[in-house]
Amino acid sequence: MTHACQILLTIQSVFESATVESEKVNALTFRFIIAGSFIFLLVAGLLVYVSVKFRARLADAEPIQARRNIKAEVAMIGIPFLMVAFFFYLTIKTMEATEPSVYNQKPDIIIIAHQWWWEARYPAKNAVTANEIHIPVQKKILLRLNSADVIHDWWVPSFGPKMDMVPGINNYLWLYIRKPGIYEGTCSEFCGAQHAWMRIRVIAQDTVDFQKWLTAAAMPARQPATAPALSGRAIFMGLTCAGCHAVRGTIARGRAGPDLTHLASRKTLLSGKMENTDENLGKWLSHPQKIKPGAHMPDFILNKDTLTALVTYLHTLQ
Amino acid sequence: MEPVHLPRPQSELPDLNISNGQGLLQWISTVDHKQIGIMYLLFSVLFLCIGGLAALLFRIQLALPNNAFIGPEMFSQLFTMHGTTMIFFVLTPGILGFSVYFTPLMIGANEMAFPRLNAFSLWIAFFGALLLYFSFFNGGAPDGGWFNYAPLNEKQYASGNGIDYYCIGLLLGGIGTASTAINLIVTILQCRVKTMGLHHLSVFVWMVLVNSFLILAAFPAINAALCMLLLDRQLQAHFFDLSAGGSPLLWQHLFWLFGHPEVYILILPSFGILSEVFQVFSRKPIFGYGLLVGSGIVIALLAFGVWMHHMFAAGLGITINGFFSASSLLIGVATGVKIFSWIATMWGGSLRFTTAMMFACAFLVEFTIGGLSGISFAIVPIDWQLTDTYYVVAHIHYVFIGGSLFGLLAGLFYWFPKMSGRMIRDRNGKIFFWLFVAGFNMTFLVQHALGAMGMSRRVYTYPDVPGYGTLNLISTCGAFIMGISVLYLLYLLIQSKRYGKEAPGDPWDAYTLEWMTPSPPALKNFEALPPVHSERPFRDLKIERQEK
Repeated sequence: MTHACQILLTIQSVFESATVESEKVNALTFRFIIAGSFIFLLVAGLLVYVSVKFRARLADAEPIQARRNIKAEVAMIGIPFLMVAFFFYLTIKTMEATEPSVYNQKPDIIIIAHQWWWEARYPAKNAVTANEIHIPVQKKILLRLNSADVIHDWWVPSFGPKMDMVPGINNYLWLYIRKPGIYEGTCSEFCGAQHAWMRIRVIAQDTVDFQKWLTAAAMPARQPATAPALSGRAIFMGLTCAGCHAVRGTIARGRAGPDLTHLASRKTLLSGKMENTDENLGKWLSHPQKIKPGAHMPDFILNKDTLTALVTYLHTLQ
Repeated sequence: MEPVHLPRPQSELPDLNISNGQGLLQWISTVDHKQIGIMYLLFSVLFLCIGGLAALLFRIQLALPNNAFIGPEMFSQLFTMHGTTMIFFVLTPGILGFSVYFTPLMIGANEMAFPRLNAFSLWIAFFGALLLYFSFFNGGAPDGGWFNYAPLNEKQYASGNGIDYYCIGLLLGGIGTASTAINLIVTILQCRVKTMGLHHLSVFVWMVLVNSFLILAAFPAINAALCMLLLDRQLQAHFFDLSAGGSPLLWQHLFWLFGHPEVYILILPSFGILSEVFQVFSRKPIFGYGLLVGSGIVIALLAFGVWMHHMFAAGLGITINGFFSASSLLIGVATGVKIFSWIATMWGGSLRFTTAMMFACAFLVEFTIGGLSGISFAIVPIDWQLTDTYYVVAHIHYVFIGGSLFGLLAGLFYWFPKMSGRMIRDRNGKIFFWLFVAGFNMTFLVQHALGAMGMSRRVYTYPDVPGYGTLNLISTCGAFIMGISVLYLLYLLIQSKRYGKEAPGDPWDAYTLEWMTPSPPALKNFEALPPVHSERPFRDLKIERQEK
């Protein structure tokens, strides 16, 4: 699969906290790791000790037939019980701290999962984008998560909690990202053939950059200036493209596929599958089912000129 | 020995007059619980190979980043069939095989209460498995994962026939399992030798009894869900279809109301087997008999109050999550008690490290790992991080293999002489043990790390992120070592059955009644039985004989 260009920088593990929520969860996780290691070492240590010490020797007499020991039994129940009680307390505390109830607050960003891409809507400015989701840092953000088809799951490991995206149900997630940067994530609930290529890329920006981006993202699409781009647009509107994809400012208003108004400003294509280059876009348009088998975009028969014109047009959509 | 008590059922059994020449026709038509038990185990081994092969195929696909060995459609079918097969047609027949073989023998009965029902259960489950696999020849296998979430399982998203085969195959398997559960309950309650009270039951039989009630209570939920799904798919009902007022989450509730008890269904008999193995090879009675049996009952009851911990990431709110977190944590306590009871059984004993005992000891370590990762899922915020990742894949394999399967393997090495009449050379058994343990840990230990590094489960490929490729390659190599070790086990079993040393009736100096019989037991298990005073009746008898 040579066309799957390497576009991921690195993925952050769950332990590299990037949000306040993740820090709280990890504080609990580290305590659990300590307690769990203690139990594991206790069991393994006892097993080794017992195995060495009580190994059968030749002509052993039958050992003492001990059946119970009240003190040991109390300890066996009592100590684990106290440990889990402590962790239950921490569980409730951490849940309250990371994901408090939402009541009627308006979400900052609405994310809708589709087979197999992400739609992000910014109600404040009516901006829409796909797959590369811009979020401001140093600000408490409320995400509303929903699905357009099957169950998906929002998971950016360094952000802490994941959340299922269930059709018909609005789920919410709080986020307070500490630092600007690019954070990778992925859909974490099996959602069909292309579950693997439903990757998330969050671009966390400081407020100034974010506002700049948001303003640009809310604008309608640029008018193409060159002849090939103009003919590309005509093809786009004339073929069935516009039935599924929206390009704001044109007659293309489809919502089944990603919004393409600012496609050229995105770094990746197909939810993290490949880099957004002319070559890759051309490959995708000519054989969607070869690049992402099962995807809901059918194979079209496009001749070379049509293809070039389409790619040119789409890549004017800054 | 005086013929003190006659075994039950006392009336003439339907099959006792025919010859015991074990020709093929006799195997197929048999209602003898021992032959049915062996057929259950063969059924389990057959599907272990098939389900294992599926796993090896998708592990090849996952060995390298951006690999194109198998495409996404086939990948989904393979992992679905792997999980479904291993749970319903490997571990389930595995536990039922030992249960129907040894329960009558351990309670001094000559047969199950309903011998014909016993045969029916086996065959209907077997044909259910075949039907499930027939899907490959009729448009493709089910591809929604073993828990097959709605609405991905609806016609709209899964238009092939695979999911329909899944429903019918599992319904048939479920009918078999539930009727065996009824059979076992009646057998244990009605067919014990007269002097054997419930407090004299061996821990294994106790676990089988508890487990059978668990099966009876859990299976209706999945059977209902499967029927509803079939109605949705075939007759346009809308149980799980949102657009017509159905609820996708309803499937999850019904499935896990069955699915979580199912996890305990697959492990309680293993707990029972391990309790036998630990006491016999420590030459001590089980430590805390009441505690072990009691915690088994507690687990069975709590099993019905924990299902939503599979749904912590579904956004159900803090109150619900908190309740199910508490109940799940309590199960951790009840299970921890068992681990410590077994160590206490070994404490002060005279330990003989046969292959069976090695598996039992390895179980303690592996199952503790699986249990601890399980507790991390009861702690909701950690679950939010790690559910539906490779960490959970590692967890279920540590529980199902390191727990259930290690228990079954301990049982296999413990009871093989009794079932086959031949010994397995201990040295060869240990070669298998080390191969299997090494392969198992190599495959799944690294998957904990993959999960924490952000790899979600059920992806048919992954990008070339640092670390992913190496860890996945290690995992794939481990899977092949497991595959080789299973082939070696098959060779070992066949070779031992043919050329192994003949097994005496009681090779391990064991405690329970099955060891009173010759190896293998005659078609009629017992002519007469000693009175039972404790949960170790055969030991009592041996001591009595010595004193005389």
